[in-house]
Amino acid sequence: MIFKNNYDVVIAGAGPGGAAAARKCAEGGLSVLLLEKRQEIGAPKRCGEGLGLSFVNHIGFKGDDGFVTNMVDSACLVAPNGKEIMAAFPNDKGCILERKMFDKALCYKAAEAGAKIIAKAAVINVLKKNGKIIGVKAKIDGKTFEIKSKIVIAADGVESKIARMAGLNTKNRAKDIDSGFQYEMAGIELENSHRICLYFGNSIVPRGYIWIFPKGKTVANVGIGIAGNRKKTAKEYLDEWIETQPGIKKGSIIEVNSGGIPVGGLLKKMTLDNFMVVGDAAHQVNPLHGGGIDEATVAGELAAQVALKAINSGDTSDKTLQEYNSLWWKTRGKDLEKIEKYRKLVEKLTDEDMNILAGAVSGTALLDFAVGKGETLIKILMKNPKLFKLARHLI
Amino acid sequence: MCRAGFKVILMVSKVDNEKCLRCGGCVSVCPVDCILLDEAKGITVDAKKCTSCGVCVDFCPVGAFSIKKED
Repeated sequence: MIFKNNYDVVIAGAGPGGAAAARKCAEGGLSVLLLEKRQEIGAPKRCGEGLGLSFVNHIGFKGDDGFVTNMVDSACLVAPNGKEIMAAFPNDKGCILERKMFDKALCYKAAEAGAKIIAKAAVINVLKKNGKIIGVKAKIDGKTFEIKSKIVIAADGVESKIARMAGLNTKNRAKDIDSGFQYEMAGIELENSHRICLYFGNSIVPRGYIWIFPKGKTVANVGIGIAGNRKKTAKEYLDEWIETQPGIKKGSIIEVNSGGIPVGGLLKKMTLDNFMVVGDAAHQVNPLHGGGIDEATVAGELAAQVALKAINSGDTSDKTLQEYNSLWWKTRGKDLEKIEKYRKLVEKLTDEDMNILAGAVSGTALLDFAVGKGETLIKILMKNPKLFKLARHLI
Repeated sequence: MCRAGFKVILMVSKVDNEKCLRCGGCVSVCPVDCILLDEAKGITVDAKKCTSCGVCVDFCPVGAFSIKKED
């Protein structure tokens, strides 16, 4: 393995955030080292694998790439009383990815741009001089190396320790992290393999939802995301629910996944001297639906943009890198903060509230709500005396 | 054994690495940073640091944690 002991930028973690940052930095002419602790990039996944087609296009793919297993055009939201609300995706189609291939495809792009990528290479600490970060200590192939860099970007996921080692408080509060569990299942019966299904109800899935994301006619990711402090584990809730679904129950388990989803606690400060943090490690996730591929990618690109400017100007101090904080908050933070407030309201909903909602609102209004556009939903709630109290929380 | 001669029973978080899926969520919720994830070995809990608060038990999607007496 050939690598140098000095780079402009060293990035820890080759998920979507790390790969995006690596690619943009390398495209800008910087020397980049991207380290991934796992032996295979993209596996095992901790993800439902859904992503909008427009975002797949944004990162330079057409959507007919090998990593897109299936396209979906609508969602079915199921209320606790079984009422189904259909919502066609108005402006965009959804892609169900194969993360193992997708994450690698992102790395191919980064490598093509000139970034050096190494798998099974764990960053075990940051190097500091006079309190400032000057690189990383990494374990590669069983040996420990000190690699210097002008900027270190931590993109090391939900279990991130690098930002904490660097001196940023990125600890997740227990209430801000959801417990996720998922089976990839084959040989199941799906009514419509181009539609995602989401199930709600405090008894089957307290403060969260169960999802079916179809990867083909008889294959789907069947998963659950719930608040942590419940009577049963996420796996137990999902297993019990699957027992009630004959079409799913008859299927086979192809893959088992679990993960923590940081659905709150957005960080105001994500920079230090010579240091930035992106993606799950910086809690950059949609607090309502829990999706984070797009959030991590956008953050990675913004971090790279700021890193380029800083390195080219010869000043990588916190003061210069702070532009990443303000850029991110302007681009994504404000929206996510609003969605976090929405989440607090949704957590209060009883099953009865949800049933009333399901009878009164359109699926499109709910989908818009999940991405921070709650205006239509609020209008509907205001008109309904039973739902008026809910609307008050939103305004 | 504490100084007064009473036996002190320490409770710590124990992990069942057979159940564990190595997702690392527990690492992010542990308030005292006592959980380590190693891709090969799985999860280890630093019993000296662990306060047996149970946050990892609450979080774990597969129920791999439990609070038990220290060996």
